[in-house]
Amino acid sequence: MSRDGLIMRCLKQRNFMIGLALTGIVLAAAILSYFWTPHSPTRINVPGRLAPASGVHWFGTDHFGRDVFSMILVGSRNSIGVGIVAVSIGVITGVALGLLASAKRGWVEDLIMRMADFTFAFPAILSAILITAILGPGTFNSILAIGIFNIPVFARITRGAANAILARDFILAARAAGKGRIRITLEHVLPNISNVLIVQATINFALAILAEAGLSYLGLGTQPPDPSWGRMLNESQTFLFRAPMLAIYPGAAIMIAVLGLNLLGDGLRDALDPRLARSR
Amino acid sequence: MRVFSTSLAVALLMTATAAFAAKDTIVIGMQDEPPVLDPTQNAAAAIDVIFSVNVYESLTRIGEDGTVKPSLATSWTIGEDGKVYTFKLPKGVVFDNGEKLTAETVKWSFDRAGAPNSTNPTKRHFGNIARIDTPDAETVIIRLKAPSSLFLSYMASGGAAIFDPKSADNNKSTPVGTGPYKFKQWVKGDRVVLEKSTTHRDPSKAQIRQATFKFVPDAAAQVPALLAGDIDAFPTIGATETLDRFKSDSRFQVVIGSTEGEVPLILNNNKKPFDDIRMRRAVNHVIDRKSIIDGATSGYGLPIGSHFPPHHPWYIDLTNRYPRDIAKAKELMKEAGYANGADVSLKPPPFAYARRSAEIVAAQLMEAGFRVKIEPVEWAQWLDVVYKQKNYDMTVVAHVSPWDQDNYTRGLDYYYGYQNAEMDALMKQALVESDETKRKDLYGRIQRKIADDAVHAFMFQLPRTGVYAAKLRGIWKNSPVSVTDLAGLRWVD
Repeated sequence: MSRDGLIMRCLKQRNFMIGLALTGIVLAAAILSYFWTPHSPTRINVPGRLAPASGVHWFGTDHFGRDVFSMILVGSRNSIGVGIVAVSIGVITGVALGLLASAKRGWVEDLIMRMADFTFAFPAILSAILITAILGPGTFNSILAIGIFNIPVFARITRGAANAILARDFILAARAAGKGRIRITLEHVLPNISNVLIVQATINFALAILAEAGLSYLGLGTQPPDPSWGRMLNESQTFLFRAPMLAIYPGAAIMIAVLGLNLLGDGLRDALDPRLARSR
Repeated sequence: MRVFSTSLAVALLMTATAAFAAKDTIVIGMQDEPPVLDPTQNAAAAIDVIFSVNVYESLTRIGEDGTVKPSLATSWTIGEDGKVYTFKLPKGVVFDNGEKLTAETVKWSFDRAGAPNSTNPTKRHFGNIARIDTPDAETVIIRLKAPSSLFLSYMASGGAAIFDPKSADNNKSTPVGTGPYKFKQWVKGDRVVLEKSTTHRDPSKAQIRQATFKFVPDAAAQVPALLAGDIDAFPTIGATETLDRFKSDSRFQVVIGSTEGEVPLILNNNKKPFDDIRMRRAVNHVIDRKSIIDGATSGYGLPIGSHFPPHHPWYIDLTNRYPRDIAKAKELMKEAGYANGADVSLKPPPFAYARRSAEIVAAQLMEAGFRVKIEPVEWAQWLDVVYKQKNYDMTVVAHVSPWDQDNYTRGLDYYYGYQNAEMDALMKQALVESDETKRKDLYGRIQRKIADDAVHAFMFQLPRTGVYAAKLRGIWKNSPVSVTDLAGLRWVD
């Protein structure tokens, strides 16, 4: 399929376009936060706490008088950063292990897949809590925890897809032409399974953002004073009677990011799989 | 969160079934869980909150008004210039395991507390005892080396509880005492259950049949637990911003009072950079108490400038000893060799007042060039890493014991890491002094000395912010000592 064709098919997908717009908002907020925020997101001003939305504080202030809009902006940076790094850990390690399993077969494949099954058997968020409980709370450890539990996802998908490719005739041709296992894997298998991986990575990106928010909500993720959507949600709870908007802003931010990435993933999947698109 | 709400739902079901009968049980919410259940082994105030007066009894007790009242000892006389105390014990006192209490049991308990290998957190209070005589089973005569104005108060503490020699070693997990309640169950991480004792010398004393102490450290979880009726009483609620919500709800009563809990920003005097008084003074010049009190306690805390409760008549206002002055703080830091600022860690335990004031004070310290890293710790971790290992720069915790200024004479063994000969001499004098005016003066000098040496940066006195079911009576407004007087509680229709 041609590159132009793919882009055209993507642009025709309504899901993809909505997803792209929502993700774009979050991404823009993250980039913007590096250059400009209306106030410092960590500046505490207790006398001005719980102020309603105004020209000065667009989303009002929290219980310490910090500017909620600035916190949301900088919080997006945190969510996206954790998502990118955690998914990268999952993709790089998972794909490598998956390719190794399908290239070697035999006991190597069995070992890798049983390990993947083992990690998969635990609910991801529970395992992430376990890891941060052992290593201690913090952004780095939560990235590690979320990353580790992305590995089996990608290992499984890679192995399945790679095995299907390896059974095709052109692989036989490549082997006949004298190409070794490594070259076949890198030159033929990997490019042919990349579509599947991109779709999965987008969806896992959304899950990683949700997991980070969950960990921060539980106090295991990003630590104060760095703003985090999950922690903002947690801290807003006891102020629900007085300032319900404090919960709605970070909640909406998490929703936009997760919904956007999921729609983007759906759209990509439909665009990359012509059979699926036609059947609709 | 899900795990928590499930356990809440189970608790709700349990209380719902019990609610159909006339109410004779109570569920009391607490922020902190005791690490062990034996006050003679561990300093955690949570042990006293649950067990002192209820299960374990000492010779005396502190009443709601802060004065010393009879407990196991029904009466006492003081002779020979305040050096000989004769306590009278009642007849027929038995422990929960059926053993009888005699004067010998008291002597054994105090010998154990003051023994050279004793790990009793109040061991220092027993060093002053010269001899204990037991002329008969109901009389205990204690001879002191020097008179002590606080001896009767010390005798009220959990560390001075009277244990049965046969069961004492097991009190860490299965408490056995002489009080109106007996230990039933400890579900670690969740609750401790006590039930009315059937062998207490005064069976009419307690009215509540069963009391459950439920541990809810998360301030956000305390509120729904109260609203759902899972918890009947929460004597120190963390989310003080919700008190207005409870005040306007007829199902609840909100009782605001005082505690003996001074809350300083605790500085490790035995570790860089706070081994330097200039650095400690710099911190004192930076903190803005008004913001901390408003942000961390919704304005309910009272500002303090030294280690002394503001509701006491001997209190001296030292909150202006170090006026807020960032330039002055920076100058002091420069003098101390920290012109480029200092990296310090701040390890707050999981209580709302501590976590919140930590976040505010960290932001304030950053203004002067401190690079503060907040490292929140769980309560068990705090007791181990901060309190025991003294591995910290700064922390925040309430010191809820009454008359605990002698913490400043505990030297390098204590986690303050503060040692000062002048302070030791002042404290010694204050303890032996029997003249009230002179004692008042001495405690004034102690307050000033603590502030002058900038041992800590004192922030506020912890308020008692209690939310209780509207039909509960016998609640202590103030908390002159960390106990829950279960026998005084009752339900009305």
